[in-house]
Amino acid sequence: MNEMTPVAKTLPKDWETDQEVRWCPGCGDYAILKAVQRTMPEIGARPENTVFVSGIGCSSRFPYYMETYGFHTIHGRAPAVATGVKLANPDLDVWIITGDGDALSIGGNHTMHLIRRNLDCQVLLFNNEIYGLTKGQYSPTSHVGTRSPSTPFGSLDRPLTPCAYVLGSGARFVARAIDVNKNLPAVLKAAHAHKGTGFVEIFQNCIVYNDDVFAPFTDKANASGSQLWVEQGKPLLFAGGTKGLTLDTEKLVLKVVDVVDGDWQAAHVIVHEQTNKAIAHMLVEMPFGPFPMALGVLYDDPAPTFESAVVAQNAQASAGKKPDLQKLLSQGQTWQVEKQPHAM
Amino acid sequence: MASAVHELTPAEASAHPPAESIVVRFAGDSGDGMQLTGGQFTLSTALAGNDLATFPDFPAEIRAPQGTLFGVSAFQINFGSTAIETAGDVPDVLVAMNPAALKTNVEALKAGGLIIADEGEFGERNLAKAKYATNPLRDGSLAKWQLLAFNISQLTLDAVKPFGLGNKEALRCKNMWTLGLALWMFDRDRAPIIDWLKAKFAKAPVLAEANIAALNAGHAYGETAELAGPMKQHHLAAAPAEPGLYRTVTGAESISLGLVAGVQLAGVKMFFGGYPITPASAILHHLSRLKEFGITTFQAEDEIAAIASAIGASYAGQLGVTSSSGPGIALKGEAMGLAIMTELPLVIVNSQRGGPSTGLPTKTEQSDLYQAVYGRNGDSPMPVIAARSPADAFDCAIEAVRIAVQYMTPVMLLTDGYIANAAEPWLVPNMDDYAPFPVEFLEEAPEGGFLPYARDEKRARPWVKPGTPGLLHRIGGIEKQLGTGNIDYGAANHQAMTEMRRDKVLGVKVPDQEVELGAAGGKLAIVGWGSTFGPIHQAVRRARKRGLDVSHIHIRHIWPMPGNLGALLKGYEKVLVPEMNTGQLKTVLRDQFLVDARPLNKISGQPFMISEIEAAIEEALA
Repeated sequence: MNEMTPVAKTLPKDWETDQEVRWCPGCGDYAILKAVQRTMPEIGARPENTVFVSGIGCSSRFPYYMETYGFHTIHGRAPAVATGVKLANPDLDVWIITGDGDALSIGGNHTMHLIRRNLDCQVLLFNNEIYGLTKGQYSPTSHVGTRSPSTPFGSLDRPLTPCAYVLGSGARFVARAIDVNKNLPAVLKAAHAHKGTGFVEIFQNCIVYNDDVFAPFTDKANASGSQLWVEQGKPLLFAGGTKGLTLDTEKLVLKVVDVVDGDWQAAHVIVHEQTNKAIAHMLVEMPFGPFPMALGVLYDDPAPTFESAVVAQNAQASAGKKPDLQKLLSQGQTWQVEKQPHAM
Repeated sequence: MASAVHELTPAEASAHPPAESIVVRFAGDSGDGMQLTGGQFTLSTALAGNDLATFPDFPAEIRAPQGTLFGVSAFQINFGSTAIETAGDVPDVLVAMNPAALKTNVEALKAGGLIIADEGEFGERNLAKAKYATNPLRDGSLAKWQLLAFNISQLTLDAVKPFGLGNKEALRCKNMWTLGLALWMFDRDRAPIIDWLKAKFAKAPVLAEANIAALNAGHAYGETAELAGPMKQHHLAAAPAEPGLYRTVTGAESISLGLVAGVQLAGVKMFFGGYPITPASAILHHLSRLKEFGITTFQAEDEIAAIASAIGASYAGQLGVTSSSGPGIALKGEAMGLAIMTELPLVIVNSQRGGPSTGLPTKTEQSDLYQAVYGRNGDSPMPVIAARSPADAFDCAIEAVRIAVQYMTPVMLLTDGYIANAAEPWLVPNMDDYAPFPVEFLEEAPEGGFLPYARDEKRARPWVKPGTPGLLHRIGGIEKQLGTGNIDYGAANHQAMTEMRRDKVLGVKVPDQEVELGAAGGKLAIVGWGSTFGPIHQAVRRARKRGLDVSHIHIRHIWPMPGNLGALLKGYEKVLVPEMNTGQLKTVLRDQFLVDARPLNKISGQPFMISEIEAAIEEALA
């Protein structure tokens, strides 16, 4: 808050609370917690100026473990609560912690509106494609055929692609990361640096109810051939630079091409431009399997934020007006009663 | 003084005191501008010094098909030279702008009352739409009333001819012609209406001039035309009133103003999260124009986001306020529980309407008392206050803010569609008469360390703004540990915390219940809450004039109830509770005090009539 006073740099442990962490052993949430606690000192955050707001679900216990201000709210409503927090005090650094059920099912509406308004905050969506805290039901991101207590014969409804949903809602920052991947802090930093809603989907392994659902691209053995970490101004390469993405200009779709001897120009591999929304749409919609999983900062194109517009309009509408309550009460067409018009 | 439009029969004169008030109902198509006509007539009446009460009654459809029975919009005003507390039981005068308006309203008209009808609208098509087989203006079916029918449409067209308006636009001036006639009938000044028209049509001076011409023509028609007997001008003396500055105010306005006053007295800023819903939206509209008072308004994506954002703002150190009507309040229920659990201040305004479900969006009802007191999961106590009138809503809103910030609790303020829309004269309060109750945010750890759920003498926990160094803490909807606020599912802890929340709310200091009229004890108490105040008060006054032993008690603090209320009620042989629901306050009173409270229920979407309550009093004392 007080930018003029030099403040002591924090350490990751300064961001740990005295609360016992209650996630299952081996849960991907631990890695995300560590990554966030490592990131906070690096971005120069102040604990007293930081608010973590969450909904309901395993991920939403997160605020209890961060030595900051925190609000564990109700299922799906974290974006709405966070909007009130930020509008009431735009100086606060607001982080929303949510999951696939919280953000995309019960809270899908709030997610859409948070994104379209572009409130300045970070949204970390822990996607484990399952309801963990309610013991394993399929979620809106579960693939078709997911067997769960509520779908013993397999789920039937098609899953949502979180990044496509938020891009469609008007997101100005969209990124993907993996819970245990070393790149997570860099993605978090980029989300924080973005002025506006920084949306980060984190593939998070639920060791109990959906173990290894992301293994096809997160397993070390598969990682190189299936993870495409995008970087601004760099060609979209994967598999150790032997493959890349190009645009099929006839069909206007992406295509995987072989890159021979590192000559990606010859293969017409696309250079990542993070302000290009069309490419971002294609990257998030790429079906995994025929294509790699696109990761990193997929889209980053800042726009004016909601709270700054609210503050500006409040100031403009108030300019030159004195908040005179007595005058306000006496407004409209009034009349004066001087004395009793006739005896009672 | 007798009403000039109706000679009282000896029987009527002995049953009721001489009429010192007149009830006029304007009824027309929802596109005819009846609410505007009524509103301006109200203003002119207030300026003439009469006391008044109004009842706008309009369909949920914005522009229902023209001429239909369900598209009729009406505005009733009761004004006079004595204190007026209801919009009047039965109109003395009905202005009917078309056959549908006549059909839906004429049965309410007092026998011998006056009908003014726009003959120009009584063509075959409109008669058919109103399901009249023959023209009632000619078939003698209106014989028990006095009828004045003239072609208002044509007279308006003639009056505005010089302005070259199209036929449709010209006919829109009909309501002003009618208003002009009404102003003449009751000896009202046209100047304020002319000023208002000039301001309203500042950007279209031709329309202003046309409307003024129509107004003047209506007025002149009354003055010069050779009208039948019933149409004679009369003047009601100004009502006795406490000296001071007056204005008219609707409930929606006074609640908005009361909330602004409340946060000023508390020294905090207001965050208002709302979502459009009838009849509550007007509060959002009013507050969104008052940015200079430190108010942020936010039209959320839904009712849940409206309250959730308000809770977020309260957490961040402003006073969160949200407002809705029954269906929206139901959606907010879970979030109210969060505010109760996290012990954050919050004001929730419920402008009740007919339910359940979508119910009667534009009609009034008092059927959300259970929802207010009991309508959440878990043991989730919350203070509830009910406003009795548009003017009273101002003080109630301040009281809601005070309780919210002093006790760190959500508070529900109940009003209803009638209070929200109705207008009454209001002695503008002097803010110097209100004691401030400044909020003190906790800014540093007290001796012995900071506990987010420590308690003060009111059992309130500290309010800490995020951004304050040294007081970092986490809150949430999971059960809190006594003192620390940490997650705690322990059996003894939940018992203790549930009792703490209950005792905190039960400990809210509310003033002792007073008796509005009559003695503290006796044969019969009429116990009301909310907008039934007017008809109950008048009915009890009339009954007492006739020597009946009856008292009026009106409860503002629905929860917690005044400490003396139980003993007070036990001092009466009978307790009768008139409500616009099936008996909700009655049930709570029986539960709380083991008194034999009896119900008097009206669930028609219309306010009680004085006579209905009078009849119930007579029956109870028979």
